[in-house]
Amino acid sequence: MPKSRARTILKASGITKQVTTGNTELTILSGVSFEVGAGEAVAIVGVSGSGKSTLLGLLAGLDTPSAGLVDIDGQALFALDEDGRAALRGQMLGFVFQSFQLLPAMTALENVMLPLELAGAIDPQAPAQAMLARVGLGDRLHHYPKQLSGGEQQRVAIARAFVTRPKLLFADEPTGNLDTATGGQVIDLLFELNRESGTTLLLVTHDEAITGRCDRVLRLAAGRLADNA
Amino acid sequence: MSTLAQIRLAWRLLARDYRAGEITMIAAAIIVAVAAVTTVGFFTDRVQRVLEGEANRLLGADLIISDSRPLDPELQREASRRGLAAAEVIRFPSMVVLGERTVLTDVRAVTPGYPLRGELRIAERLFGPDRVAGSIPARGSVWVDERLHTSLDLQAGARIGLGNSAFTVGGVLTHEPGVELGFLSGQPRLLLSAEDLAATGLVQPASRVRYRLQLAGPSVAVDAYRDWARSRLRPGTRIEGVRDARPEVRSALERAEKYLNLAALTSVLLAAVAIALSARRYLQRHLDGCAVMRCLGASQALIMRLYVAHFTVLGALAAAAGIAVGAGAQAVLVAWLGQVVAVTLPAASLQPAAHGAAVGWLLLLGFALPPLMSLAHVPTLRVLRRELGMPRRRGLAAHVLGAGVIAVMILWRAQELRLGVTVLGWFAAATACACALTWALLRAAGALRGHGVSWRFGVANLRRRTLGTILQVVALAMGIMALLTLTVIHNDLLRTWRESLPRNAPNRFVVNIQPDQVAAIGRFFSERQLAAPELFPMVRGRLVEIGGRGVKADDYEEERARRLVTREFNLSWADHPQADNRVVAGLWWERAPGQAGQFSVEKGLADALGIRLGDSLTFDIAGTPVTANVTSLRTVDWDSFNVNFFVVAPPGLLEKYPATYVTSFHLEGGQVELLNALVQAFPNIVLIDVAQVLSQVRRMLDHAALGVQFVFLFTLAAGLVVLYAAVASTQDERLYQATIMRTLGASRAQISRAHLAEFGLTGAAAGLVAAAGASGLAYFIAHRFLHLAYAPDPSVWLIGVGGGALGVAAAGYLGTRQVLAAPPLKVLRAIG
Repeated sequence: MPKSRARTILKASGITKQVTTGNTELTILSGVSFEVGAGEAVAIVGVSGSGKSTLLGLLAGLDTPSAGLVDIDGQALFALDEDGRAALRGQMLGFVFQSFQLLPAMTALENVMLPLELAGAIDPQAPAQAMLARVGLGDRLHHYPKQLSGGEQQRVAIARAFVTRPKLLFADEPTGNLDTATGGQVIDLLFELNRESGTTLLLVTHDEAITGRCDRVLRLAAGRLADNA
Repeated sequence: MSTLAQIRLAWRLLARDYRAGEITMIAAAIIVAVAAVTTVGFFTDRVQRVLEGEANRLLGADLIISDSRPLDPELQREASRRGLAAAEVIRFPSMVVLGERTVLTDVRAVTPGYPLRGELRIAERLFGPDRVAGSIPARGSVWVDERLHTSLDLQAGARIGLGNSAFTVGGVLTHEPGVELGFLSGQPRLLLSAEDLAATGLVQPASRVRYRLQLAGPSVAVDAYRDWARSRLRPGTRIEGVRDARPEVRSALERAEKYLNLAALTSVLLAAVAIALSARRYLQRHLDGCAVMRCLGASQALIMRLYVAHFTVLGALAAAAGIAVGAGAQAVLVAWLGQVVAVTLPAASLQPAAHGAAVGWLLLLGFALPPLMSLAHVPTLRVLRRELGMPRRRGLAAHVLGAGVIAVMILWRAQELRLGVTVLGWFAAATACACALTWALLRAAGALRGHGVSWRFGVANLRRRTLGTILQVVALAMGIMALLTLTVIHNDLLRTWRESLPRNAPNRFVVNIQPDQVAAIGRFFSERQLAAPELFPMVRGRLVEIGGRGVKADDYEEERARRLVTREFNLSWADHPQADNRVVAGLWWERAPGQAGQFSVEKGLADALGIRLGDSLTFDIAGTPVTANVTSLRTVDWDSFNVNFFVVAPPGLLEKYPATYVTSFHLEGGQVELLNALVQAFPNIVLIDVAQVLSQVRRMLDHAALGVQFVFLFTLAAGLVVLYAAVASTQDERLYQATIMRTLGASRAQISRAHLAEFGLTGAAAGLVAAAGASGLAYFIAHRFLHLAYAPDPSVWLIGVGGGALGVAAAGYLGTRQVLAAPPLKVLRAIG
């Protein structure tokens, strides 16, 4: 745990998630607890159905747990209502998704401008443009997502995630939809930006190439944390 | 985030959506609806006035004020202050003398400008070719009508005596606007200049004189003047416009108005369907975007405000575009109508534009915003789990609001509560029937499974999402119904409407036939190999009691009712109701025989005078009271130009009172000798020429029909938007499925066939529902609105089902063909 003395930016305590399907109650996560220090890069791994994406959703406040607490930078996440959590996401969190989640009606530049616009930035264009240039898409500003390759779309998504300078960045299988070479480039970019901006990185992945670059790997098995290495 | 920043962001979102083609359909639907309402607004506002203008040519003026005492000079002064044209008519009965012969004549002394609307036509000799007079008689000369000419057996240049003066007969009056209004009580007529009146010495304080002031001008000014004058009229002074005077004109105008409003309403309903469909698609395509925005920190309230602002701006822009289209359309219309009628159209007012904008907003409010509002509630977790959609229950409130908006709009556009409620009821029932029929068709389609993989896949697709398919089929059916109504049924209906005034409609009336001449008149026609016209007996009587209570003009507010009770009624008797009469309440005596003391009353008259079924009516006939109960109410097709009576009795009640007979017949252009012979054989009869009136009413009908056709173009456009929106609404889903199938090894041809099967079945089902709907709609319009007998063309079914299947299959095929040609991965990526 190389950065164990760093300030804790995320703390999960006893996270449990149960869902009811028909008459059966299914436990997806059970008593998951861990901490992440500022600037750390942490991978969450596990087989399909082990609850990785559910955990990520709960940590980012996209869903509410059946039991347990999450603190982000000292703020109890579930003490906030949905809009409060949205505001906190806007201020502190960034996201990169497996399916990119770019808005198809907007150009690359507009997609990157969107979080700044939602935060009420006066001039969202300049930083968005700079960030796209940083991810190597300075000449694709006005292209729509469907005009971009998968790797390019994911780079736009990374630019969108970093443009607000988040303290904590969540990535859900960021290379899951990409071939190995492109995935490698995207991961390089993600870690470069992580280093440059001092962002804390929390990734859900199957990709051994990614886990190898992380400071720490959390293994989930059947909804429990198996190995806090 | 400040309000200004939110508006800026909403604007940018709108611009991005516009550029990406996401709002084209919603905008198109609003534009079509607003344009339709605006154009109809201009129609009722401007073109309607052209129609009224033509109707006023029949009356001779836009407004007539009359009294038995000289009119208050202030009435005329105010009219000229308001820029209205005015002409005076002083009318009285007097003896006209030629040698030893004298004839009681209806004399009219007129001032220059008379008549203000329409024209006087005169002929040099009796039954000779006539021409537009262009003036009033010169001083010292008079114009006489055919009857006076015949009665005095005048020769060219004859001089006749009138009071203390003598006049030269300068022409035979063949047409005088307004005269036909009371033609059944017509006397021989004579027209002279008002400047010659004083010298005759005929107008004395005790004389029976009727003073008339004719007024004409822009309709806004006339309406304003009418309002001003109404409060100043002393008792006994009458004021009337054309709608008060002529039942056949009133019914033609009202039919046109109803038809126009109905056409606009149909466009609006179709636009509502298109907007609802487009909004649904918009919602589906923006779920991810909203989830991402929530993920990026936007609150529900912010998203809601953004979309409200977004669609407020969209509504404003689309409404403005719709108004512009409407204004352009009416400019085309004006130019086009200008070639048809030589009438200056009054300027357009802003009201239709305001109505159009209001409709645009209402549509957005009712059909686009509610589903879009639920965008704010999209689960944020959707960014990780795509399968998460909308909570279903939110849909209900949206549907209730949509239904409410439709209800408000129908009630508003129908402009009459009862009519609005009827249309609303029919619309709801029709939609329910369409859903039920579609559901049944879908069940039946299940039996068709098992004809190859493509067909099975297509049918399975339809059945899998039953509710979605029903909605799509009903929406398509509405579009096709509009097209069917526009093309097949509409032309049929218009033809029926125009033919309600047949080419051989009676254009000559004969009145004052004595009972002993009835047989001779029949012989007169049969000797000339002509069909003997039907003769109707007529007894004159004044209505004195309704339900045992005395009848006074002061009991009534409405001018028409006041006038009706002060006049003598023409009563008649008959075994059977006439072909153009329909009993709407009670029973005709054939079916309730055994009692002579019965009356059948025309429905409009009964409504105006407050006469109900079962009331007893007492008429004063030649000093004798005659009482009977009202046992039936009838509607009368006044614009058939047949002889008709407000009040009819069974045989046995009225025969003992002095009666004359009346008839009407159609006279072809070159048959004037027949008239000469008729007048010579029966010198006492009065012959009335209504050919002019008839041709003017026919022209009005033609113009109204043209106008209606024009407005239906918008209904057509709205129908096309619905068709497009309905096909597009499931396009994404279909493409996605097709792509999956292709990755599983299906050939493009197999998928195309599956699409053809699915679209074809959808189109055929929609066509079937549409044909049923269009036939029902046509029946509804014909019977409930236009009161026409009409049987829809059976080819509607064939065209509906065949056209629907082919059209929708072709549209769907074209829509999916291009994307099917692309590699599956590209499609998957484009769909996301």
